[in-house]
Amino acid sequence: MMTLVLNRLIISVPVLFGVLLLGFGLLILVPGDPAIVMAGPMATPEVVAAIRTEMGLDEPVLTQFFRYLGRMAEGDLGRSLISNKTVISELGAAIGPTTELMVACLIWSIPLGIALGTLAAVWRGSITDRAIMAFSVAGVSLPIFFICLMLIHFVGVQWRLLPFIGRGGPLWTMDGLRHIALPALSLGLIFIGPVARMTRSSVLEVLRLDHVRTARAKGLSEPRVILRHGLRNALIPVVTLVGLQAGYLLGGAVVTESIFSYPGIGRLAVGAILSSDFPLAQGAILILALAFILINLIVDVLYALLDPRVQTP
Amino acid sequence: MKMGEVDIEATTEPLLKVEDLAVDFHVSGTVQRALQGVSLNLKRGRTLGLVGESGCGKSVTSLSIMRLLPQPPGHYAGGRILLEGRDLLSLPEREMRALRGGRIGMIFQEPMTSLNPVYTCGEQIVESLLVHSGLSSKAAMDRAVELLDLVGLPSPRERAHDYPHQLSGGQRQRVMIALALANDPDLLIADEPTTALDVTIQAQILDLMTDLRERTGAAVLLVTHDLGVVAQTCDDVVVMYAGGVVERAPTNALFADPQHPYTIGLMAAVPRIDATVDRLSTIAGSVPPPWVTLVGCRFASRCPLADDRCRSAVPPLRENGPDHAVACWHAPIEEATI
Ligand SMILES: Nc1ncnc2c1ncn2[C@@H]1O[C@H](COP(=O)(O)OP(=O)(O)OP(=O)(O)O)[C@@H](O)[C@H]1O
Ligand code: SF4
Ligand SMILES: [Mg+2]
Repeated sequence: MMTLVLNRLIISVPVLFGVLLLGFGLLILVPGDPAIVMAGPMATPEVVAAIRTEMGLDEPVLTQFFRYLGRMAEGDLGRSLISNKTVISELGAAIGPTTELMVACLIWSIPLGIALGTLAAVWRGSITDRAIMAFSVAGVSLPIFFICLMLIHFVGVQWRLLPFIGRGGPLWTMDGLRHIALPALSLGLIFIGPVARMTRSSVLEVLRLDHVRTARAKGLSEPRVILRHGLRNALIPVVTLVGLQAGYLLGGAVVTESIFSYPGIGRLAVGAILSSDFPLAQGAILILALAFILINLIVDVLYALLDPRVQTP
Repeated sequence: MKMGEVDIEATTEPLLKVEDLAVDFHVSGTVQRALQGVSLNLKRGRTLGLVGESGCGKSVTSLSIMRLLPQPPGHYAGGRILLEGRDLLSLPEREMRALRGGRIGMIFQEPMTSLNPVYTCGEQIVESLLVHSGLSSKAAMDRAVELLDLVGLPSPRERAHDYPHQLSGGQRQRVMIALALANDPDLLIADEPTTALDVTIQAQILDLMTDLRERTGAAVLLVTHDLGVVAQTCDDVVVMYAGGVVERAPTNALFADPQHPYTIGLMAAVPRIDATVDRLSTIAGSVPPPWVTLVGCRFASRCPLADDRCRSAVPPLRENGPDHAVACWHAPIEEATI
């Protein structure tokens, strides 16, 4: 297992390099001059030029890139052009809330998606099956911002059941839970659909296999056959799907956080991009990319845990 | 087996008695009869061979005894399956579950896929033991190792911790046999247990099964399309054709005096009694497709002796000698006439 993790980490290195390159490219290619942003709209050309020299923006691109890599290696992501706080401290403050949002979203949506998918498979062709599949399709095809707005409109504004702005505190406090409920619900709703559909087709496939007939021939009860010999095997492709959906989830988090003014990485990234705060945008994108790599690492480990046929390379 | 024992057994009620079993499949709006009037008897300590061409209904018959036919599309349309006089087809599902893997063990044709790839061989046997006996998990694991030893796996304690993909086809089939024997079944159903294995392994598995039957006293229903296997291992034979029984006899009687034209065709196709080659398909013509409703004898379309009566009325399975039953209007037939 350790070899597997190490292997995956080594494979992640080129990916990480690519991400860094992308982050740097963003700074070079994007329209808008960081020096002008920093200097403010009233600055004279001389001030802008001075800032540009100070930031090293007039040096050759390659030199800038190596300097940038060097700073990254030291963990120096620069300062926000707007708040003048270090990017690291800004990210540090946002990473906790985003992690909480992810946990709060996945902890109910994945089990529920798997349960619904299994029920749909067991009762395939029934009304229940069709209802579950219709619900999943709706979840997949409705844009996330629409789901957010509907929840805000009904649960937040009309029925006044839950708050819908900001974060109420850590997840383990009542206020924290109340504030995270709607964002986590919105984000989870888009996630249930794919999980339920994948689980359904995977369970259906596994239940046709010979080893399930053997399980029945052992005299096991039907629930046991379905859970231990159907679902257990069907989870293997489902885990892969969850990994593939990681990007989708992170993208959804960006939208959700922005709509609910939830102080996480996603909102930070959007705010930074809109205000041309390049160092902060770069940092936020790096973190999101790292999260993507991390989720896939976890998925690989889970995959190996679920399927004994996976040989550690 | 001594003569005296045979006499005692001949008088005892069979362990398994299938009477006039009929099975339908409902396929895309039509009803196809897969089995019609299948009857057989199996006594304790005996091996009954079930032979016939591919598609004649051997697997449907054996799965029916376990009541494991997928329903739908399968449907039990008539007849009875009696285990010591109790009709399995009318048993509540709960009681049927207790029999599956308990008093009836089953081995399947596909050793490569019949075990669950995500559990170790030991775990899979333990699961069956725990469902049917009051053993503790620890005792069950010991028993599983014992069973793996019994079926001739070397270093059984290590094998118990292996996953199926770590074993060869022959070893997996041994694990399947251990699994089927886990709860000392009275009846062991083996649906072509050796077809997927290569010849030397086939012989080993058959020897193992014969050996185990002698040791445990279980009755064995051995499904095969290989007359050589029948000659080597079976006490009695049931020959099936297109979903029905055409001939039923003790093995010696069947090989010495086959009476149904289909059986005679099979025998003629096998040059030596111990040949292990599948020649069943060398009889001219082919099995009627399942959607054809048969009016007369099911073999009429391929039978050289078929006449008008054969084509209009179904020949009943009649005793034509001691324990020797044939479903043919013209039986007994001299082999030379075909
Ligand atoms: N699930 C099913 N749905 C529809 N028809 C089926 C199904 N299972 C079996 N049948 C039909 O029942 C008939 C008997 O099939 P069965 O599997 O018992 O043959 P078999 O004698 O075991 O052949 P083989 O030697 O190939 O294993 C076949 O004609 C097949 O079309
Ligand atoms: S009943 Fe007629 S058709 Fe059928 S096997 Fe006998 S002789 Fe042939
Ligand atoms: Mg078969």
